[in-house]
Amino acid sequence: MADVYKRPHAYCDVPTHYCPGCTHGIVHRILSEVIDEMGIEGDTIGICPVGCSVMAYDYFNCDMIEAPHGRAPAVATGVKRAKPDSYVFTYQGDGDLAAIGTCETVHAATRGENIVVIFINNTTYGMTGGQMAPTTIPGQITQTTPYGRDPLVQGYPVRVCEMLSTLSGTALAQRVAVDSVPHINEAKKAIRKAFENQKEKRGFSIVEVLSTCPTNWGLTPVKALERLRNEMIPYYPLGVYKDVNVREEGNNNA
Amino acid sequence: MSKMTVNFERCKGCALCTTACPKKIVEIQKEKRNSKGYYTAVCVDESKCIGCGMCYTMCPDCAIIVER
Amino acid sequence: MAERNLMKGNEALAEAAMRAGCKCFFGYPITPQTEISAYLAKYMAKNGGLFLQAESELAAINMVLGAASTGTRCMTSSSSPGISLKSEGISYIAASDLPCVIINVQRGGPGLGGIQPSQADYWQATKGLGHGDFHVLVFAPASVQEMVDMVVKAFDKADEYRMPAMILADGLLGQMMEPITFPEIKPLEVDKSWATNGHKNKREHNIINSLFLTPEVLENSVNNRYKRYEKIESEETDAEVYLCDDAEIVVCAFGATARVAKSAVNTAREQGIKVGLFRPKTLWPFPKQELLDATRCAKNILSVEMNMGQMIDDIKLATECKIPVSFFGRTGGVIPKPSEVLNEIVKIGGAE
Repeated sequence: MADVYKRPHAYCDVPTHYCPGCTHGIVHRILSEVIDEMGIEGDTIGICPVGCSVMAYDYFNCDMIEAPHGRAPAVATGVKRAKPDSYVFTYQGDGDLAAIGTCETVHAATRGENIVVIFINNTTYGMTGGQMAPTTIPGQITQTTPYGRDPLVQGYPVRVCEMLSTLSGTALAQRVAVDSVPHINEAKKAIRKAFENQKEKRGFSIVEVLSTCPTNWGLTPVKALERLRNEMIPYYPLGVYKDVNVREEGNNNA
Repeated sequence: MSKMTVNFERCKGCALCTTACPKKIVEIQKEKRNSKGYYTAVCVDESKCIGCGMCYTMCPDCAIIVER
Repeated sequence: MAERNLMKGNEALAEAAMRAGCKCFFGYPITPQTEISAYLAKYMAKNGGLFLQAESELAAINMVLGAASTGTRCMTSSSSPGISLKSEGISYIAASDLPCVIINVQRGGPGLGGIQPSQADYWQATKGLGHGDFHVLVFAPASVQEMVDMVVKAFDKADEYRMPAMILADGLLGQMMEPITFPEIKPLEVDKSWATNGHKNKREHNIINSLFLTPEVLENSVNNRYKRYEKIESEETDAEVYLCDDAEIVVCAFGATARVAKSAVNTAREQGIKVGLFRPKTLWPFPKQELLDATRCAKNILSVEMNMGQMIDDIKLATECKIPVSFFGRTGGVIPKPSEVLNEIVKIGGAE
């Protein structure tokens, strides 16, 4: 018997600090599989800013940089502009990418920086203990919205892929989820497409991954996947919002 | 003949693999905790394993290897 | 052959940076440093480098972090309020042991302040350029020639010590024109095997990081940095000492202010006052020993600055508070006049 499914090389063989059932691990693995399959580990530089995944520099076998909160797209710009032949990805959470780092995100996209952005949307600040995120859904209870997010008080969530799809520099804006095997396979294909875009210098590619945070949601890992399916996907429809390869813009729900 | 193996020390007992298995042969055992204190996933009927890799795909800790 | 050029301070600095091997420049517009960006926008690409205007100072300094991580010589430039915005990134860069060069063409503050020359960022540059225990090398040019020479040195020293180096200039130096000579530049070759530029499957993966959750590990990383700082403090100080051998009054001034002070010192000498000038060329590390030596005969020290007296503490510490230090300064963008400084010298001299 040969190993058929086993840890990709780009994913370090070390225990992670993530909580049980946290889907960061799934995304780390499929991202690593893409790096393995494209044979680009030696040319890849990953950037992880502040958030639960800040310590991902210990988890990926490629060169890694830890960035200040929200600044990963700027750091990635510096790396990519200095080393245009390398593959550069950022791995950012929702607070990082859509709150403190909105400016860096939007401008990296509109410049068409040839980078891949993996955007983990789990509707909460995980590392600091479950506060309201820019993506927290109306009504959702968090540590800082103890009575539920009220749009009249806290405003509305940011739909990142929809927003970035309006920018000319964006090559790919796709929202995927990791709640089921078919969705995970779809997510991996999207990440692969994003890296292929970088290879072909097509511009900025963002893959938004709807993810869970069982600990801060106060749910078991299995129940957390159900919430992702039942509450998040209806609010954040999956699909390709922009793909320069098919020259088609708008919401093609998958 | 296929086989799934769980890395006892890496498994965090989240049970996501149990929901992914089409043959319903992956369960969380309640007999032995690993050094982190988790009860871990096990395959309860190897003869039924089809090597589809769905448990591997769903595992957030890369704690499963599937051989075929 | 050395070439002689008449150039504006900001442009001379920009040209020197390119010649020193700066391959990436990331900036954001702010007066009075704009000519640096404009010059590099024009010539960087032609010289095989990159000029990129960032969306903010925050982005610019983090682009520097990224480019520096790959082992590429890179630079950003700004003026006072912009440097405040960059301070987060500077702390991360220092904590990640990355070399880079940061230019501050100071303007008046606090707040939005003004756009005229100032030295009011002395404290910020030498003591508080961000959160945490760290220093940056701070060079204080006093002429357009020094804008050139110091930026070349800053790149070498940043590489040598793996830390940020700052040129603390001011609007006066940035805007004025002087004849300069570009030196023969041989950028220092240093080992950059720490760089995150892709391991090419030939080595372990490199990590650029400033996060250490175990207190002892963090303490250890800071301690290692401070060992380097100790070496820097003993080896890298620099100062101009002018007519101090017999000076009973030593005027301390840095940057453009030192030029004003020097002409006041010359006039005072003509009047028979035993006065000299001490000009720190490095502000961190502060040239303590040099100042001690220069003030052997001194009965008084006069600090002249374009701020409210931010260098006084360093002067007192260096001289162990044994010599009285008086102060004359203008702030808010007002440049002191030689006659004003002379008046102060005469006042002190007359009180003898």
